Amino acid sequence: MPEAFLELQNLKTHFPVERGLIFKKHIGTVKAVDGVSLSLKKGEILGLVGESGCGKSTLGRTILQLIPPTEGAVILAGQHLNRLPVGELRRARADFQMIFQDPYASLNPRMTVYDALAEAIRSHKEYANEEMPKRVSDLMKKVGLSPRFIKKYPHEFSGGQRQRIAIARALAVEPKLIIADEPVSALDVSIQAQIINLLAQLSREMHLTLIFISHDLSVVKHISDRIAVMYLGRIVELGPAAQVFERPLHPYTKALVSAVPIPDPVRERERQRVLLPGDPPSPMNPPSGCPFHPRCPYAIPRCAEVVPAFESLGDPTQAAACIRVKEINQAGFLAAKLP
Amino acid sequence: MRLMFAPPKIDMPLLQVQNLRTSFHTRNGIVRAVDDVSFQIEKGETLGIVGESGSGKSVTCYSILGLIPQPPGRIEGGKAIFNGGLDLLNCSSKELSKVRGRKIAMIFQDPMTSLNPYLKIEDQLIEPLLIHEKLEREEAVSRGIEALKEMGIQDAAARIKSYPHQFSGGMRQRVMIAMALITKPDLLIADEPTTALDVTVQAQILELIKKRQSELGMAVILVTHDLGIISGFCDRVNVMYAGRVVESATTPDLFYKTKHPYTKALQKSIPALQPKGAELYTIAGMPPDLSKEMGGCPFVPRCEFAKPECKNPVSLVEVEPNHLSACLRIQRGDLTL
Repeated sequence: MPEAFLELQNLKTHFPVERGLIFKKHIGTVKAVDGVSLSLKKGEILGLVGESGCGKSTLGRTILQLIPPTEGAVILAGQHLNRLPVGELRRARADFQMIFQDPYASLNPRMTVYDALAEAIRSHKEYANEEMPKRVSDLMKKVGLSPRFIKKYPHEFSGGQRQRIAIARALAVEPKLIIADEPVSALDVSIQAQIINLLAQLSREMHLTLIFISHDLSVVKHISDRIAVMYLGRIVELGPAAQVFERPLHPYTKALVSAVPIPDPVRERERQRVLLPGDPPSPMNPPSGCPFHPRCPYAIPRCAEVVPAFESLGDPTQAAACIRVKEINQAGFLAAKLP
Repeated sequence: MRLMFAPPKIDMPLLQVQNLRTSFHTRNGIVRAVDDVSFQIEKGETLGIVGESGSGKSVTCYSILGLIPQPPGRIEGGKAIFNGGLDLLNCSSKELSKVRGRKIAMIFQDPMTSLNPYLKIEDQLIEPLLIHEKLEREEAVSRGIEALKEMGIQDAAARIKSYPHQFSGGMRQRVMIAMALITKPDLLIADEPTTALDVTVQAQILELIKKRQSELGMAVILVTHDLGIISGFCDRVNVMYAGRVVESATTPDLFYKTKHPYTKALQKSIPALQPKGAELYTIAGMPPDLSKEMGGCPFVPRCEFAKPECKNPVSLVEVEPNHLSACLRIQRGDLTL
C-alpha cells in the first residue's frame, strides 16, 4: 500500500453535556466520533455515509481541526495536525478546505464574488492588486462560472451557482484535501448532477483528495472510490464503493442499502427490504458492545458484550465491524432466516 | 346550482381537478405557480406528483385544500370535483371545512413545524374526532391510542400524553400520519412526507402509509422530488415542470416508455440509474422565471430536442393509451426518446 496521505488514528471527539448556568454539572458525554481509524491515499475520494446524528459531520470537522479531537491523531502528509501550534496550524490550513451544505448560509451576502474569492486567495499568498482580477476570473472559469458575474452578490445567483462559488472559494488556496459536507443535498436533481460532475472532474484534474459526506447513498456510490459507513460515531464498514453497495457485509449497511429507493419500478418492487425497527439511539448513552445490536436483525447476546473489530471476508479491501460477519454472509443464511 | 339528486356515477373519479390555475401576485409581477393543471385520481389509487422545487407540485395540493394564503395567492380558475359532488375550489369555506381533515387529510414535510409544541399529542391527535365526528373526549382518546398503535408506536397509552419535542423525527411523522388518518379519510395528500427523514426511517414510514392505505382503501397523492420513491410507491405519476403537468402515465410507462424530454433528462441526471463514475447528464440552464409569460413549452430553452415550432402553445395530450405528454414533437410522432 502506498504511503497514506491522510491518516486518522483512533480519533475521538466527545462533547460534554452540562446542566445549569453557573454551577455546571456534568451529566453525560456525547460520543460523536468514537474511535475512527482510517487512511487515505492522495487523490482518493472517500464517501462517508450514515444517518443523521451518526457523527459524519463531526468527523469531517474534526479532521479539519474545526473541532479539537478529544483523543487520537490526524496526520496529513506527515504533519500531526492536532499537535501543531496555532500559527503553524493556520498556515497548514491552506492545505485543507471545506465545502458546506447550504450555499445560502456559507457565503457572506455583503461580499461580491470578487471580494469573497480575492479574500480567500490573499489569505494564502500575497499577489499584486493588478493581478487579482485575473486570478479570480481564472478561479471562476475553473468551476464553470462566467467571469462576467465577478461583481455580483450571492443573492443574484441560483443555489447551484452559489455552490460553485463556494467550491471556487475552497479551491482559492490550492488545497490538497477537501471535505465536502452534504454539498448537493440542498440542490435539485438537475443541479445536483452538475455539482457532482464538477467535483469529480476537479478531483481528477487537480489530484485532490476528497471526503464526500452525504446521507444519499446513490450519490456517494457514484462519486467515491471507497465508502465508509458510520453508525453512532464509529465506522462499521469500509470498502470499495461499488462493492459496499452491491455486496454489503455489515447488517447495518445491508439495511441502509436496501432502504434506498431504486428509481426503477420493476427492480424496486421485486427486491427484499430489510426493515430496521426504531430510530438510531442517542449518542449520549450508546448501547454496549456493538452500537447497532438493538436494531440488528441478527443480533445475539454476545453482540451486547463485545466491541466488534474489523473483519474481512476473502477480499481484504472490504471490512466490517461485526462479530457475525462470516456467519451472516454465508450463502443461504439470509434465505433461511426469512419466513 | 347543485342538483337535488346528484347520483354519483359508479366510475366517477374520487377527485377530478380541471384547469387549475393558481398565481401569486408579488411585487415582482404575477407568478403563475400552477398553470392549467388537470388530473384525476380514482378511489384507492396512488398518484405521484414529481418535480423540482418551484414546479408547482405543492401549490397544486395546497390549492385543492384551500390552504393558499390569499392574498398574495389567487386561484384564478378551475374546478376540483370531489367524489362527483362538491367543487373544492368554488365552495364556501364552511363546506370545505367539512371535507378537509375528514374526507381529505394532508401530511406535510416537516413534522416539527406542523405540530403545535405547546399541546400534548393527545389534544392534537383527537381534535379531528371532536370536530368532525362529535365524539365524547374519552372515546376519542381511546381511538387516538388505537391510531398510535396502528402506526407502530409502542406504549401508546403513555406516549399520547407527551409533547411533540419528546418524540424523534420519525416518531413525529408517525403521529402526523396517525392524526391525518384518524377520521379514515378517502384521500390522503402527502407532501414530501419523508424528505426530512433518514432513509431507514423513510422506508418504515412509506411501508406504514402503504399498509394503512390497503386497510382503509384510501387514495393517496404523494408529492416528492425523488423518482426512487415514485417507482416503488405510486400507480400513476404526474411530472410537473414550471407549473404544468408535462407528462402523466402509469409508473412503469413513465420509466420505461418515457414520453417527455424533461422526464428523460431527470432520469439521466440521477446517479442511481447511471454506471458508476460516468459523467452525469446535466440539464442545461435553469428553470424558467414563472413571472414571465410563456407561450409555448416551458422546457424549450433547456431541451436538447427543441425545434422552432416548440414555441407554439402546447397542451397535455394522450399520445398512447393512458399516457399523456405535453411535448409537441412526441405528439406529432417525430421524436422517440
